[in-house]
Amino acid sequence: MTPLGYFTLMSAFLFCTGIYGVLTRRNLIGILISIELILNAANINLVAFNKYLGSSDGMGQVLALFVVAIAAAASVVGLVLIIAIYRNAKSVFVEDFNLMKE
Amino acid sequence: MMNIAHYVPLSPLLAFVINIIFGRKLKSASAAVAIAASIGSLILSVKVYQGLSFGYGSYHLGQWLTINGKALNFGIIVDPLTVMMLLIVSFIGTLILIYSTGYMHGDIRYSRYFAYISLFMSSMLGLVLSDNFVMLLICWEGVGLCSYLLISFWHERPAAVAAGIKAFVTTRIGDTGLLIGMLILFFTCGTFYFCDLATVKGPEPLMTLAAILIFTGAMGKSAQFPLHVWLPDAMEGPTAVSALIHAATMVAAGVYLVARCFPLFVAHPIALETVAVIGAISALMAASIAVVTNDIKRVMAYSTISQLGLMMLALGVGGLSAGTFHLMTHAFFKALLFLCAGSVIHAVGTQDIQKMGGLFSTLKITSSTFIVGTLALAGIFPFAGFWSKDEILITAWNNHHPIFFGVVLLTSFLTAFYMGRLIFLVLFGKSRSDLHPHESPASMTVPLIVLSLFACFVGFIGSPLKEAGRMEAGVETYWIMLASSVVSISAIFLAYFVYLRGFLPVSIRSRFKGLHDLLSHKYYIDEFYDFIFVKPCALLCRMAYSFDFHVIDGLVNLVADLAQSVSGVLRKFQTGFAQNYLLVQALGLVVIIIWLLKI
Repeated sequence: MTPLGYFTLMSAFLFCTGIYGVLTRRNLIGILISIELILNAANINLVAFNKYLGSSDGMGQVLALFVVAIAAAASVVGLVLIIAIYRNAKSVFVEDFNLMKE
Repeated sequence: MMNIAHYVPLSPLLAFVINIIFGRKLKSASAAVAIAASIGSLILSVKVYQGLSFGYGSYHLGQWLTINGKALNFGIIVDPLTVMMLLIVSFIGTLILIYSTGYMHGDIRYSRYFAYISLFMSSMLGLVLSDNFVMLLICWEGVGLCSYLLISFWHERPAAVAAGIKAFVTTRIGDTGLLIGMLILFFTCGTFYFCDLATVKGPEPLMTLAAILIFTGAMGKSAQFPLHVWLPDAMEGPTAVSALIHAATMVAAGVYLVARCFPLFVAHPIALETVAVIGAISALMAASIAVVTNDIKRVMAYSTISQLGLMMLALGVGGLSAGTFHLMTHAFFKALLFLCAGSVIHAVGTQDIQKMGGLFSTLKITSSTFIVGTLALAGIFPFAGFWSKDEILITAWNNHHPIFFGVVLLTSFLTAFYMGRLIFLVLFGKSRSDLHPHESPASMTVPLIVLSLFACFVGFIGSPLKEAGRMEAGVETYWIMLASSVVSISAIFLAYFVYLRGFLPVSIRSRFKGLHDLLSHKYYIDEFYDFIFVKPCALLCRMAYSFDFHVIDGLVNLVADLAQSVSGVLRKFQTGFAQNYLLVQALGLVVIIIWLLKI
């Protein structure tokens, strides 16, 4: 049986990649994809811990499915926002949206 | 009937309020509002004139102030002098408003112009109705303000702005004198009322000083030497304004003031002598400058100074009726001349008389009325100016002032000469440049015709004050009429030969070059004032400005710069990029996790 550490390492790696992507990507779509990575990192954890903690009701897997569904909905909303922003500003690069500074 | 007089200035005041608030909406209807108000004033003035036969005096509308325990009332005075001024202001004002509808047509500040003129008329009518110095001073400043506003009316032109400031500051010097004079009068005699002036008594040198200071105010307003410098520059304003304010009415306010305070001046011979001397200097000086001036409006301006000088001189030699009579006739023919000048400028688009010439053939109406005005000003029988100038000459002679008599004769010679020069250069001869003149519209020519009728006949009517002067003049003064006629006619003939026939040898021209230079530089008075007053004042201002700029502003800017440099550091943290905030958030989360794990 694959040790739990592998899964958590994999999950941590995905999470850090996601965080890195969110912080450094200039493209809004890239940021959205990075957020998906973070969510999936959480999902791996949920599924792995469900298996190793030996719970028989599969609560972790159910929760992971929920997260997948909600992530899909969230990315739809995110994409809609991006399209709205793009229509206004003719740009998908975050450095063009510094309205908070003005 | 008498106590309706205070409604006379209210009608133009109403027009002013309407035009200043709703002017943008009214557009060209604002002229109709102003003209209607002016006609209202004229009708009321005529009513007041009719009421004059039932006696005259002053009446109070109510108490205004209490100064040193003495009540000051809103007093209205109604007597022949006031009524004469009321009629002049409202009648000429109405004509000039009608003229302005043509002259100002298409101006971007059309309604504003009529608002100012209405305010001016209101102030001027209030000025002549005031029965005390305080109300007079308020209206006096009111007309000064309107004069300033209207001189600088085309404020896109720097020269107009400069002229407005010059007029305002110069008259203010005189106004300060007037204020001090009336305060001296109040604190020594305890009265602001004109009707008390005949009986006031006070310590001697002080009272003479008060009279002279009051005359200083008149000097500023009536552009008498040495405060005459503003009037020629005031010609930057619209010509209709020059006709109403700077020829017929406002500049006559100084003469009116001296006439109103006449008992005070009579009681103090030195003050009266000052009036006569200043008047004589102004009359001669301005007339001589007018001979060499080439700007048609400036010729008129110097002519106005000169004629106002004659009025002052007439008052100074004791001729109250002569001075006020000349004020009246002058108001008509000088307004006429200015409006003619305006019509000529409107037609040819230049003010330089050297470029005009031969306009008689194209501008028939304007030219005819121009000639009538010229004859009236030059004092040719039987036009208006003849009678009033004759009156001044008779007064000067009867009161044994042969020098002033000579001054008046010399001035009338110069007057006839420069007016002759003007009409021969402008109306006759050959055109000296390729202008395409066109006659002005009816709204401009009709007032000209009406005024020229008055310039012809107003001399016969005589002012309400005139009769007494005529009686004592006697029959043996006909030689004076003859002398003044001969002088004026010969001057016009001289002008004819010199300017139309070119009958002036070059040798004579070169011999008088020094004199010509002196005159064309206006006796270097402007340069003198510039050197004595303007330059040091400007230097002081520059020093004050530099102190203000470097020290006061420097301190304020230092504080601001400090605050800015500190906030500049703090500002760096606020980049406005969501990712930067997110980074800090993530780092913060990491720190918290590390901290939690350690414990």
